[in-house]
Amino acid sequence: MSLPIRMPAIAANATHTSLARWLKQEGEPVSIGETLAELETDKAVVELVAEHDGVLGRILVGDASNDVPVGQEIAILLAPGEDASVLDTVVAAAPAAEATASPAAGPMAVGTTPLAEARPRVFASPLARRLARERGLALEGLRGSGPHGRIVRRDVEHALAAPISTVPVAAPAPAAPVAAPVAPSGKWTAIPNNGMRRTIARRLSESKQTVPHFYLSVDCEIDRLLALRTELNGRAKDFRLSVNDFIVRAVALALRDVPAANASWTDEAILRYDTVDVCVAVATPGGLVTPVVRDADRKGLAALSTEVRELAERGRDNRLRPEEMSGGSFTISNLGMYGIKSFSAIINPPQSCILAVGQAEQRPVVREGELAVATVMSCTLSVDHRSVDGAVGAEFLAAFRRYVEQPLDMLL
Amino acid sequence: MSDAYDLIVIGGGPGGYVAAIRAAQLGLRTALVEREHLGGICLNWGCIPTKALLRSADVWRTIQQAADFGIRVEGVSFDLDAIVERSRAVAERLRKGVAHLMRKHKVTVVEGHGRFAGLPARAAEHPLHTVQVQMADGAARALAAPNVILATGARPRPLPGIEPDGRRILTYREAMVPERLPQRLLIVGAGAIGVEFASFYRALGVAVILVEVAPRVLPVEDEEVSAFMTRALAQQGIEVLTEARLDEVVVSDAGVRARIAHGSEHRTVAVERMIVAAGIVGNVEALGLEHTRVQVEREHVVVDGWLATAEPGIHAIGDLAGPPWLAHKASHEAVTCVERIAGLPHAHPLDPRRVPGCTYSHPQVASVGLSEARARELGHEVRIGRFPFQANGKAIAMGDTEGFVKTVFDGRTGALLGAHLVGAEVTEMIQGYALAMELESTELELMRTVFPHPTQSEAMHEAVLDAWGQALHI
Repeated sequence: MSLPIRMPAIAANATHTSLARWLKQEGEPVSIGETLAELETDKAVVELVAEHDGVLGRILVGDASNDVPVGQEIAILLAPGEDASVLDTVVAAAPAAEATASPAAGPMAVGTTPLAEARPRVFASPLARRLARERGLALEGLRGSGPHGRIVRRDVEHALAAPISTVPVAAPAPAAPVAAPVAPSGKWTAIPNNGMRRTIARRLSESKQTVPHFYLSVDCEIDRLLALRTELNGRAKDFRLSVNDFIVRAVALALRDVPAANASWTDEAILRYDTVDVCVAVATPGGLVTPVVRDADRKGLAALSTEVRELAERGRDNRLRPEEMSGGSFTISNLGMYGIKSFSAIINPPQSCILAVGQAEQRPVVREGELAVATVMSCTLSVDHRSVDGAVGAEFLAAFRRYVEQPLDMLL
Repeated sequence: MSDAYDLIVIGGGPGGYVAAIRAAQLGLRTALVEREHLGGICLNWGCIPTKALLRSADVWRTIQQAADFGIRVEGVSFDLDAIVERSRAVAERLRKGVAHLMRKHKVTVVEGHGRFAGLPARAAEHPLHTVQVQMADGAARALAAPNVILATGARPRPLPGIEPDGRRILTYREAMVPERLPQRLLIVGAGAIGVEFASFYRALGVAVILVEVAPRVLPVEDEEVSAFMTRALAQQGIEVLTEARLDEVVVSDAGVRARIAHGSEHRTVAVERMIVAAGIVGNVEALGLEHTRVQVEREHVVVDGWLATAEPGIHAIGDLAGPPWLAHKASHEAVTCVERIAGLPHAHPLDPRRVPGCTYSHPQVASVGLSEARARELGHEVRIGRFPFQANGKAIAMGDTEGFVKTVFDGRTGALLGAHLVGAEVTEMIQGYALAMELESTELELMRTVFPHPTQSEAMHEAVLDAWGQALHI
């Protein structure tokens, strides 16, 4: 009995998944647990593993197919010993999950079976379904806050407002009327936008265009912090603290001290978070990811250090789980290691603040009328003025600076 | 030594007694403190007895129109005492019903005035609040519980310089038990209460002047509703003065002389009685709130979405916690609040936009959600649907075609933002739209819903269709 292999939902929220490449050829035998293909979402590369023994009968969706709807048949698995001739009838009768632009190898029948049958039933209000469809958001994987987990408008709106990393992208950005592309002159190489790139583009454009940013800068003297770090690292065996670890901890404690900065704007209300979940921006070859350190204010330096390092490593390898990239109420972006003195970052909605951290360097400072040398680190806070006023931002930044300049307080 | 409970509810109105029932259902040991009568204002002196009065007015109106229906009626008259008596009997019957419900759910009812005696012990993780009850017979009793729900309701907002005396200047309370009808009546405030009394007294033949400081009657309703009601009330012979202010009120044995500033003119009216219905203030006094961290702003207790005050363990619901001042809002908040206290996972804060409002005047008014103007203010791409009862078969057969249905949709998402109805029994119809909003229907689900024929509710369907240019019978 031949079995269809359907595109799985690999990221919790994805409706579409891209097929990077097949690792098995048509006609090759496969056994349970063997890797059939590599799949890609905007966040990760995942292996498609065989769930049954058999022979890969026919590949319906070829290598490098972008945005294949979840649930669509991508291949036919023949039972061991089954005659390949059944394929023609099976394929002809196979319902195509959904019209798709994906180039599919092999014949695709135009099906009459609704897509819903290929997916678990999603309970969502009519309005939630419509909003999600219009904005290209997948309902699968959203957590419903309505009765019995029903997805209601509020859930869709929250998901649409979620930080970059948590937005499940169902399809390429909804077809807004686009001006004819400007014909570039000269030579170029086109690098196709993957889901992650498109999400970054859409979310950051939206942020910079709709969130009224203002910026606060402060110089922090971190000689004491550096001395403390050296001392702690000298004692430690199983961890090695970076300056960034101290920054994460200082941010977390400052957010706890100034809860008004730990907030999100919504039309109805300013949401003030009960927990301090801090995102740390990590550059990857494909773009930026922002894994989240939950309850960062309750974790010590060693624990934070281990967690941040581990998250960053997996982020660079595209191996973060979706829940590790969702939520968070504040982001830290540190470009100090690139020698950047100071910069202004774009807020990661629906968060209200992002801290841009520059390089720590020796600079002349004036102390009681005397010139001195200190290690100074410039930090710039970008703030959403709808939810956080200048005074609150300043208060937060002052608290942050206090921890960084008097780092013993961080150990308490 | 005080009696220990899981929950103390202060106030036995539609907020308080519902809270007590829900708490008992969830296994909480519950005490209800009520100083006057179970059921509160709603049941004893508000919603229910006025509906009984208005029903008498409807019957009277129908009899007077009997000839239109081919019925000859002669020598009819009404008996005001009997009308009032019926209204009181209805209230009494329901009050007994609430007392029965309290017994059934084993809620301890303490008759008296409850107040916080002092601060709870802060050290404890779950401090016990102590409520001292001054009983009607002079005895005192102390109750203690970790959770207290304040549901003490509200009372008429006093107007400066106008002191209700119960004889010439009345509040709703005296207005619903008239011993005789005045020839001329001045009603201050054209909100739901003022308009309902205007309807009642006018139906019985009283000359009514209705004065409203806002630019329109029923100022919380959609502007089209206000405009329609202004005309309807005027046609019934009620004199409506909007943007009008009372300059001076002089009470004498002969009656009340009131000087009214209306636009640029001043006029003086002489009436026998005057009803003050200019809003309400929360009953925040004498509760001992000064012993707590409970915040009071503009005569109402400040609460969050879960009805919690700034003092852990103390909650406030209903009129006391702010607008809209509606019994069903209080009851709904009661359930939310108790379920939250009991830690029920599905406890859900009330969305104030989904609370329908009803006015039982003639014609009736019912609405839910946003007015057209408010929807536009909020930036919605608004689509409006309208359907008059004049084009509705059932309304024509019933001989009552006054009024209309109006829908307000977000044109982009198809979300139903609001609905506004005027006409016979529209208060019984508005729940259909409230349900649609709660279920987050779009215009499509409403269009696909089959409305039975012949009913007035078909106008609800048509008003949806009309918003998309698809109305069938107009």
